[in-house]
Amino acid sequence: MRVAPILFCLSLAACATAPAGGVNDPYEPMNRRVHAFNKGLDATLLRPVARAARGGDDAAPQGPGAMTLVGNFGSNLALPGKVVNSVLQGRPEPAVRNTFRFFVNSTLGLGGLLDPATADFALPEIDTDFGETLHVWGVPEGAYLELPVLGPSTERDLAGKVVDLFIDPLDSVLTDEQKIAGTAARIVSKAGDRARFGSTVDSVLHESADSYAQTRLLYLQHRRFELKQEQDVIDPYAD
Amino acid sequence: MTLMPIDTRRGFLGLLAACSAAAILPAAPARALTQGQATALVQQAVDEVYAVINSGRPAARMYRDFEGIFVRHADVDAIARTVLGPAARQVSAAQFAAYAQALQGFVARKYGKRFREFIGGRIEVRGARQLKSFWAVDSTAYLSGQSPMAVEWHVSDRSGRPRFFNLIIEGVNMLATEREEIRAMLARNRGDIAALTAALQQAG
Repeated sequence: MRVAPILFCLSLAACATAPAGGVNDPYEPMNRRVHAFNKGLDATLLRPVARAARGGDDAAPQGPGAMTLVGNFGSNLALPGKVVNSVLQGRPEPAVRNTFRFFVNSTLGLGGLLDPATADFALPEIDTDFGETLHVWGVPEGAYLELPVLGPSTERDLAGKVVDLFIDPLDSVLTDEQKIAGTAARIVSKAGDRARFGSTVDSVLHESADSYAQTRLLYLQHRRFELKQEQDVIDPYAD
Repeated sequence: MTLMPIDTRRGFLGLLAACSAAAILPAAPARALTQGQATALVQQAVDEVYAVINSGRPAARMYRDFEGIFVRHADVDAIARTVLGPAARQVSAAQFAAYAQALQGFVARKYGKRFREFIGGRIEVRGARQLKSFWAVDSTAYLSGQSPMAVEWHVSDRSGRPRFFNLIIEGVNMLATEREEIRAMLARNRGDIAALTAALQQAG
């Protein structure tokens, strides 16, 4: 009986959201101010650091670079949380595959530094998060948000990020030092991504006419693709 | 007199037939264009792009080559019209032609700049499926050091021969993205198409 009002609210919320492919951005003025801050942060901090990191990797192109090892380590620690989400979504196959991946890389992969699961066991990471779980449960996307430092998101994905902090099974297993190492690895690997996708980020953030609108569109389109949501089809020949 | 009803009925039936044909036609893939032709067009474009990337020519020369491939295999007119949006109906033919030409150079430079990411990689064309009035050709891009990416090509022969008019990379729609960008550039130039054309010649 208590579920009914919640379902009713959810279906109302679903009606209130923008149609497939549309952009629902009632907080645009605030989001644009955050975007200006994030863009400044990228120009003064992330871009120079990423350039330096890329220069370092170029100098030693043989074997996996330090950045790759750190990235592997961080992603490996994120796997148990993804397994929990797959289970909550009622998707046993990705849960099982990510579990095997976690055990292979934690042992043969020397604590997650290497990635033999992808290379030798055909077990690539299957990405998911609580934002996707909410989507599977029927929660609508909500308004678009640009978060300080973290970047583009939606109301649903922000709720997902918060919940993901609490449902990580490793939280009760790891020591504080190990948790800090994991968090540090994830931050460094984000900087690594900034280096790897440098020209893409530069082109969107620093070369487009309206970097806020481009970031918003790229995020929403890619996120809806990840969640297998319906996308707009443009037919220039339709009369 | 007795012929009239029959005549009318035939006329009515003919009309019905025409209506249902019209209703069916848009659902059928762009008339003559076959799945094989749509896939072949994409394969051809991919092969030509990789021939340029592997040629080792200077970057400026590559951008000209990419522009040539784009003009040969993409429906530049439809792309230019779509990304310009409603403003396309308010400009003269000469203004539109100049803008479309500037746009093709802009696209060739903007996307061509990224050619280094494709060195040592490959794009596998997999197959095609019907979508609205055209074909969606699915391919996978395997770039070194990255997870495989889904690249979808939208192909139509409405321009007179098979050409692609949109690319969707991991869900990111090129027409939608460039429409947003051109809208912003047009607003920055206070809606002046000549100023937009000049800006496109500089950008990318």
